[in-house]
Amino acid sequence: MSEPIIKINNVNKWFGDFQVLKNIDLEVLPKQKIVVCGPSGSGKSTLIRCINRLEEHQEGNIMVDGNELNENTKNIEAIRADVGMVFQQFNLFPHLSILDNCTLAPIWVKKLPKKDAEVLAMDQLGKVQISDQANKFPGQLSGGQQQRAAIARALCMQPKIMLFDEPTSALDPEMIKEVLDAMVNLAKAGMTMIVVTHEMGFAKEVADEVIFMDEGMIVEKAATKEFFANPKSERTKLFLSQIL
Amino acid sequence: MNLLNFAKSKKDNFSSYLIVGVFLIIVSILDVFLNSFFSISYSSVIPGLLGFISPLIIGFIGLYLIRIEYSGLKYLDLVNKNINTNNFNAILTLLIIFSILKAIPPTMNWMILDANISGDSKDACTGSGACWTYIKVWFRRFMYGMYPNDLHWRINSAFILVIGLGFMGYFFKDNLKKYLALYYVIIYPIIAFLVIYYLISGGSFGLTWVETGAWGGLSLTFIVSFFCLIFCFPLGMLLALGRRSNLPTIRYISIGYIEFWRGVPLITVLFMSSVMFPMFLPQDFFMDKLVRVIIAITLFEGAYCAEVIRGGLQALPRGQYDAAKSLGMGYWKMHIFVILPQALKLVIPGICNTFLALVKDTPLIFVVGLSELAGMLALAKTNPKWLGFAMEGYIFAAIIFWIICYAMSKYSYNLEAKYKTER
Repeated sequence: MSEPIIKINNVNKWFGDFQVLKNIDLEVLPKQKIVVCGPSGSGKSTLIRCINRLEEHQEGNIMVDGNELNENTKNIEAIRADVGMVFQQFNLFPHLSILDNCTLAPIWVKKLPKKDAEVLAMDQLGKVQISDQANKFPGQLSGGQQQRAAIARALCMQPKIMLFDEPTSALDPEMIKEVLDAMVNLAKAGMTMIVVTHEMGFAKEVADEVIFMDEGMIVEKAATKEFFANPKSERTKLFLSQIL
Repeated sequence: MNLLNFAKSKKDNFSSYLIVGVFLIIVSILDVFLNSFFSISYSSVIPGLLGFISPLIIGFIGLYLIRIEYSGLKYLDLVNKNINTNNFNAILTLLIIFSILKAIPPTMNWMILDANISGDSKDACTGSGACWTYIKVWFRRFMYGMYPNDLHWRINSAFILVIGLGFMGYFFKDNLKKYLALYYVIIYPIIAFLVIYYLISGGSFGLTWVETGAWGGLSLTFIVSFFCLIFCFPLGMLLALGRRSNLPTIRYISIGYIEFWRGVPLITVLFMSSVMFPMFLPQDFFMDKLVRVIIAITLFEGAYCAEVIRGGLQALPRGQYDAAKSLGMGYWKMHIFVILPQALKLVIPGICNTFLALVKDTPLIFVVGLSELAGMLALAKTNPKWLGFAMEGYIFAAIIFWIICYAMSKYSYNLEAKYKTER
């Protein structure tokens, strides 16, 4: 097997006195798909926000693609450019059209010529089936369309890793499917993905491993079939019985 | 209960109530109108206070009679909904109508009917109204200050040039569009400064030198406001970013700066700039008084701008920062392309507010001996040949300032509409 692309070793993090992450250990191999689930407040989002350093951890180390993330990291922007992230609230830039949302970072961060960036953006928008919305503004799109645009925007940077922070939690039920479809296609194309979600159907379909977190700790980590068929800890069983 | 409902309009008796009500309203308004315009008053047959307030009572009864929930008549419903919703509003409405009627004739008489504009000396003003001759004679002074009469073309052409350069951004081709911000923030102010320096100040290219002490009037108002506006905006932007910076040094310097300048009155700052500041400079170093004043006002208003812009920055959701960072943008790229465009759009009304205040603060430069429009008025009204026309002068200045400020606020509404996007 190849080297892990993300290595998280004994990470601890506090918000004030409150410890959000406790002794987290995690390794992600290239092209691996990992689903993180758990009750709210269990530290799932904080964990993946630490992976591109939107949050800073206080103890332990996080290695992403051979670079260690800490306060001495000089080229944090270059690392983030290789790690795409999709947020619960979409976070599209409301003052730019969908196309401009997608081309902004490739043009100014990756220094692509504008023409190339537009071709790339239209390609990615096509893959999530909203190329006809390219010239609209985010406020004119439905939630599902906005989230797919956000996925396309992240993909335009051609990242090595994609992080999804509850991508379907803010959506109406009938829009969840279109976003999940886009994510399934992305998974089939071989992207390394870490997905925080409560969509267990999605987890069963694409995940290689499922992680269950509670109170800042990884309670259970198992291959997908094993996780659903035969959960070990009582806490996991309780959680699964409630959401399945 | 029956008694209270006796005069209430209802559907079945409404048409007769409407006729009586409208008649009473017309009677009351006509009474005030005739009284104010032609000094005829038929309500004065009623003696004393009762006669004085009788139009109000009659009008009030009229409005009471026509008040009904829904009549089906479009204009009546509009009136009832907007100015006749209850007894208190009815009285307010009548009082406002009466005040306007009372105020029109004296104003018109003073400003137009009894006013004089012919002639070129005080003697021409014989009527009891305003003496616009005074404004006419002093007009050039009010516009150009003590600037030599035969050189006024230099001020005019400098302004035309500066305005023309300001509009140049509209004609930029697509490949130049990305330099638009650079042009307006850096290149344009420099060119404008050079134009004004070489054309208005003169001293080279065969133009005679006119010292800034002779500049004045409305043109000086424009020059001071213009430079303060274009310099204080970028300064405010940097300070606002500085105040939210993660680096403690920059943050505390920004906070200290903002709190210092917001804490001192502008008039003190101006005094300092002209009296104290030269003391700290080397003997042979000379900085023009006007330049010092412009710098002082810019530093002062920059602090206000900063706080307004900070309000916009704080209104943006944290997700916008997260999204920009996750795409690999650094601090400056994130702010220039994502944060500032949204934040500045939010604060257009606040910025406009600050700028209007700035324009109206410019008369304070009078304290250091520079006379812009209001300053020239103060000089002109003490001229022995033209004593006693302060009123005309101040009304003239008020109108000019109002036009400038109204144009600015209109422009800000346009900007708001132009950059409006749905969230």
